[in-house]
Amino acid sequence: MAEDRQTGDQMMRAHAATLPVPVFEHAAFVTPPILRQATVAIVTSAALHCADDEGFSAGDTSFRAIQREQKNLVLGHWSPNFDRTGVVLDLNVVFPIDRLEEMANEGVIGAVAPTHYSFAGNQPDDVATLRYDTGPTVAQALRAEGVDVVILTPV
Amino acid sequence: MSTLAHVFEAAGLATVVLSSVLEMAQKCEPPRALHGEFPLGRPLGKPLDALFQRDVLDRALALLDAPSGPVLEVYPVEIVADETPLACALPPRFDPDVPPAVDEARGIRKAYDRSVTARGTTSVSRKISADEVPDMLSKLYRILDGDAWDELGFPDDDVRSVAQDIRTYYEEAALEMADGPPPEGRQVEAWFFERTEAGALILAARQKMKEVKAPFPQWFYMAPGQRGRITS
Repeated sequence: MAEDRQTGDQMMRAHAATLPVPVFEHAAFVTPPILRQATVAIVTSAALHCADDEGFSAGDTSFRAIQREQKNLVLGHWSPNFDRTGVVLDLNVVFPIDRLEEMANEGVIGAVAPTHYSFAGNQPDDVATLRYDTGPTVAQALRAEGVDVVILTPV
Repeated sequence: MSTLAHVFEAAGLATVVLSSVLEMAQKCEPPRALHGEFPLGRPLGKPLDALFQRDVLDRALALLDAPSGPVLEVYPVEIVADETPLACALPPRFDPDVPPAVDEARGIRKAYDRSVTARGTTSVSRKISADEVPDMLSKLYRILDGDAWDELGFPDDDVRSVAQDIRTYYEEAALEMADGPPPEGRQVEAWFFERTEAGALILAARQKMKEVKAPFPQWFYMAPGQRGRITS
């Protein structure tokens, strides 16, 4: 990098720090079962999806389900402002499904959830649909499959 | 992610956020967050490093033991994205009768195909397939020639997405062409925009689209914000 300028990550982090955030006046705090008995799911904002699924559009507020055994995922995120090659090299750097499987085999966690979920990180600034519609819908689906703990991975 | 954490907790799920923007986690206060100062796009830190990824997860899940929240911890290892272009040789000029980027894109097709075979998938899928990359590069040249960007037949007039697909085509090919250790965050991006004809063409077309007052999202998001000196 010959020029004296902000790096891409510096620029994006500085920009993200200025974005508005929603206020949660009565934030819940759930005490989970002990980890070795807990069912764990991944929810990512990397816009990952199966090749056969509909892709994400710019500003997409919808979500996609990802079954536990699905590994050949497409990176559908629209932002050009992050490294895209890490996840091509190794899905686990965004979606650590193999690490969870290892932890379940070792008895560190109780089980890997059968279904995981993906959103697009570039949501409208008010995140209203995520907060009041799609987020609660996914929460219900996770609860229905016995999930106790969710690991949230950003892009 | 922090918003979803609050929504999920309200529904009875315990959550841990792997934060990538510390200020955002501080403002939104998810119940539990482990901030990793890692290259954006790599929230587990290091691809192909299971031990490192496992340590990130172990530390994140340990936050579930906290009796109350919000809890925000910072992972002790920082990884800075490297914007030094990847060392990745491109094929020599083959067909002098086609523009350089078109020739170049055709020349890396076999490497791209190896990537798809090796990984079983491709993210060249927003608006075009790999077969359409050379033709789309030809259309970008016509933008430089002064043709109207929205009359050139880009799918849905979505030049932004086409540019993303072209970049992805090159990046997936580069991972097959380069030797050495796995590229650091943004090394392949730097290679694309600083070393390839296609990357230079996208930056030039982006500048031209701004000059002719194309809609902001269409030209701006053709490349990362820090790439190219956009002038008015």
